[in-house]
Formats: sequence, C-alpha cells, structure tokens
Amino acid sequence: MGPASFPVLRYSGFMTPFVARLDCPGSTSEKAGTSAACEGCPNQSVCASGAPKAPDPAIEGIRLKMASVKHKILVLSGKGGVGKSTFSANLAHALASDGTKEVAVLDVDICGPSIPKIMGLEGEQVHQSGSGWSPVYVEDNLAVMSVGFLLGSPDDAVIWRGPKKNGMIKQFLRDVDWGELDYLIVDTPPGTSDEHLSVVQYLSGAGIDGAVIITTPQEVSLQDVRKEIRFCQKVKLPIIGVVENMSGFVCPKCKNTSQIFPPTTGGAQRMCEDLSLPLLGQVPLDPRIGRNCDQGKSFLNEVPESPASMTYRTIIQTQKYCIIITPEVLLLCIQTTLSGLHLRH
Amino acid sequence: MAEVPNDAPEHCPGSTSEKAGTSAACEGCPNQSVCASGAPKAPDPAIEGIRLKMASVKHKILVLSGKGGVGKSTFSANLAHALASDGTKEVAVLDVDICGPSIPKIMGLEGEQVHQSGSGWSPVYVEDNLAVMSVGFLLGSPDDAVIWRGPKKNGMIKQFLRDVDWGELDYLIVDTPPGTSDEHLSVVQYLSGAGIDGAVIITTPQEVSLQDVRKEIRFCQKVKLPIIGVVENMSGFVCPKCKEFLITRRLRLLLVRTHPRSSHRPREGRRGCVKICHFHCWARCPWTHE
Repeated sequence: MGPASFPVLRYSGFMTPFVARLDCPGSTSEKAGTSAACEGCPNQSVCASGAPKAPDPAIEGIRLKMASVKHKILVLSGKGGVGKSTFSANLAHALASDGTKEVAVLDVDICGPSIPKIMGLEGEQVHQSGSGWSPVYVEDNLAVMSVGFLLGSPDDAVIWRGPKKNGMIKQFLRDVDWGELDYLIVDTPPGTSDEHLSVVQYLSGAGIDGAVIITTPQEVSLQDVRKEIRFCQKVKLPIIGVVENMSGFVCPKCKNTSQIFPPTTGGAQRMCEDLSLPLLGQVPLDPRIGRNCDQGKSFLNEVPESPASMTYRTIIQTQKYCIIITPEVLLLCIQTTLSGLHLRH
Repeated sequence: MAEVPNDAPEHCPGSTSEKAGTSAACEGCPNQSVCASGAPKAPDPAIEGIRLKMASVKHKILVLSGKGGVGKSTFSANLAHALASDGTKEVAVLDVDICGPSIPKIMGLEGEQVHQSGSGWSPVYVEDNLAVMSVGFLLGSPDDAVIWRGPKKNGMIKQFLRDVDWGELDYLIVDTPPGTSDEHLSVVQYLSGAGIDGAVIITTPQEVSLQDVRKEIRFCQKVKLPIIGVVENMSGFVCPKCKEFLITRRLRLLLVRTHPRSSHRPREGRRGCVKICHFHCWARCPWTHE
C-alpha cells in the first residue's frame, strides 16, 4: 500500500519501536535476521534467534483462563461515538437480568474508558487477591473490568503507545479472576488497530463467538464500519450482526420523526443487504439514552417504554439465539423473532 | 514516555529510560543488547527534516478530542473551507486518522489519488488554495481496512509530514482520531521541532464525552501543547416540524485560557455553536502574531 518507492516503516507487531532498514524482510519472516538486508541492523540477533516468530505464551494462559467463559462477544465499530459502550452496557444489563446467568464486561478502550461511567461505577477500585484481580461488580452476577478503575482520577489521561496498551489487555484477559461466566462482552475503541488485533490474538486460543458491529445511518459512519467488517473477515472473526443506532429521532413535543443522521446511502439496511449480514435492529435516538449513560443508570430499566428500549430488547433477545445456535440457522431465528413483535420505526 | 516492547520482562524500565538495557530486570530480555546500545534514546532524525519542511507553514493547528464521533473531521473540514474562502491564504488539511480516514469523504475527494513528483507526494486539491492529504487516498477501495499497529501508523504520519510537498502554507490543520495514543504522540513528537500553534478541542455536551475530553486536555498540558479553545458540537436540535429547540443536557465546560499572555477567552457558546467566522477572528489573536 502506498507508493512503493517511498520507504514505509516495516513492522510486524513484535519488536517495537525500533527502526528497521528500508528493505527489512519483517521480523516474523522466514528470512528474519538472515537476509542481506539484515546486516548491521540492531535487531539482527534477536530476529535471527527466532524470538519474534514464537507464539506468545500468554495465549495459552488466556485459553486456560477463558475455559470457564461460555460465550465471548466483541462489540466493534470502525467509527467512534456510534454507541458501542452504550450497547455493551445495555446488553450486559439485559443478559444479567436473568439471575441465573453470570455476565461480565471487559472495557479494552484504554484511552477513553467509558464503561465505568455508563455503568455507574466511577470511583470504584480494583482489588487484588490470590487468584488475580477482582473485577468490580454492578450486580451479584454482573462484573466489569476497565482501565478506568486503575486511574487516580477520572480525568487522568492514559497516554500510552500500542505496546503498552497491548500489555494491559493481556493482563485483563490473563490476570482478572473472572470466575465462571456465561457471557463476556468486550467493549472496544473505534478502529482496527492495536486493541482489536490484540484481543483477537490473545483470544485466538480460547475462541470468540462473534462480533456485533455498531453503526449510525450516515455514510461517513458506514464507510468506517465497512472497514471494520473487512477486519473481521481478515481475522476470521464471525459477525453476529449489525446494530444501527441513532436511527431517527422522535420529537417529544410533536412526535414527528426526523433524521438527524440521514441514511443518504441506504443506512445499515442497505449495507447489510450488500454484505449479506444480519441487521439486528435500528435503534432510534432518544436523548434519555445519553442522560442515563451520564448518570450511570440502565436505560432499559429506567425508560422501558421508550421505542429505543423496545428495539434494544428485541436485538438482545435475538443475540441470545445467535450465540447458542449455529450461524446456519441464525437468519431463521432473526426472522422468527422479528415477525412476532411490533417494531416501531 | 517509556516504550515497553511486547516481549519485555515484567519490570522493564522502558526502552528510552536511563536504565534501558542495564537494569537487573533486563537480564535475559531479548531486547537487552539493543536497549543497551542506546539506539532507542537517540532523537529521531526525521524531526529535523520535518522542521525544515514545516518552515514554510505559518500556522499549524491540531483538532483533537478524547471522544469519537463528536465532529472533529467535520470541524476540520469546515475550518479549512472557511480559512480558504480568503483566496490569498493557502490552507491544507492533514488527516492522521489512519484507521478511519473521514476527510476524503467529507471534502468530496473520494476516489482521488496521490501523485508523486520530484519534490515529494502531491496532496489532493479541493480548491486552488486548499490541499488535503489522507491515507484514504492510498487505499485501493474506500472499504479497505488499514489494520496496522502503532509503529506502522507512526511511520505513515512521519511520511505525511516529511514527504508531502505542502509548499507555502498559511494554515495546516491536522485532523486526528479520538484518543491519546500513537497518532497524537507522533504528531506532537514529529512537529516538536517545527512547533504547533495550538489545539482545538471538540466535544459534545454529555458527560461521557466531557470525561474523555478532559483526558485530552490533560494530554495537551502534559505535552505542553497550547489549547486554542473548545468547541461544543451537537449542542441542541431544532425540530424541523414544530421548530421546538430541544436542548440536550448541558454541563459546565472546562474552559481554558488560550494563552497565558492573552486575555482573550473563547466565548462560552450559549448554544455551543461556534461560528466559523468567529474562529476566523481567533486566527487574528495577538498571540498568533497576525
């Protein structure tokens, strides 16, 4: 990618941040450390030792840790501000409303951790026990882990480059005492970079059920979301479906619907048709969603009568089907569920 | 900022630390010899090259937000158009959101290509006096994902600053992704020799956004990046049917002085909508020496 004649820093993801030579074969290549281009490179001995090519031993440790977690769901979006954390929190609350289920949320947005705020856990601290870090509990059966719990103040900035963020994510997956879980929901930052690659890499031994992709209707969002879908395809991550947030706004005064973010190119519906993906639902914009997030309350519990609540519940009900049955019958379940409910759009 | 490689031992002092390669924790680390050689601590020679390149750029403005989806790219594009409406000014937008480049779409430049000349990469021109550079122009398709870890993104940003033939510019607006990570550190680091006039911080009214934005402000303070001011987007909505003005929850914003020497403070937008013409006035503030 990019003009071939211009040097681009070659990097594999292991040795950072050292500058490789222009024609470096890459630290995970067969010729790493042994090609003519490696002569004189400060990384030569390390590459030749084969160290960068060895699988990360943490992957096996995480696989063992995750053996007690039945379902792992990633919440992704290429675009920021579309409602990933909001959806993750609502999904977690809804799944945990069944008291027999153990649910947890892992917030891997290291620079902008929103989950503590949204779930009303600001100021909580993480404790360390003999079996690892103890997550923070919202309910008896709903646990949360976020870098937000490790900050001295909510305003403290986490100014870390990729490798340090990767190390934190590794610790979250390996060292947190999750216990027996039915669902682990992983909330991610926008993009297709370190955090996303690391989560997929570290959970490669344990397996991920799939990803829910969040978008808003406008093309500027969909463009980034298509990139995220390409990412999922490249790393062979199954896509459970797509949720379109902020899909229309109902004026509380006159009850007319306006499109604040117009779907100029057909919105998520058209995108899902083009890419043969399930559209799990289209959630209308309700200012009370943001208000409850600010107050750390569950929107589904506080405003159950909102059209947005009803749509969320429909989506989540579909999700439960999605992750316990095979993808082959996925669409059948969605159609069955949606046809039996009155949806307000 | 200490860099900790993925395969470093638990108590790694950081590759740019004084004890890099020599501390007790370094024993047995595969990076020990490299760290001990001092290679990571040497200043990046690209910084000087970028400083020379940026000598022809009068003002460099970063558009930042800790939160995604608040309107950074929208603001950057509108700011660029407004500044370029003065035909005597040369303006450029640099999009350093490597994973989610929105500027080409927003500025109507999808499908455009970057050309190479003897003096470097040629940016794409919206108008005669408005140029744009983005990784979006380097993709085969707008849907292609850029799945890069931090160091590779840093390399691209370095190329953008060093190898693009910007020419003489009055304003270079740098649109950034959300967060306080590689892209932000790299832009500040690579422009450390050239100097940045300041940053405009974008937010929306709700506390979930403000929380991340305060982190961004802390970042600016830590890297000694002056803050020009804060813009609150999506501050309210007028229903097109009944004309009712619906005010989203507004909380007190943390406003910061633009500059210690200046008494000018960004106007706390009553509706939070800072008009472009007012920002044009900011560009004439005494501290920018215009």
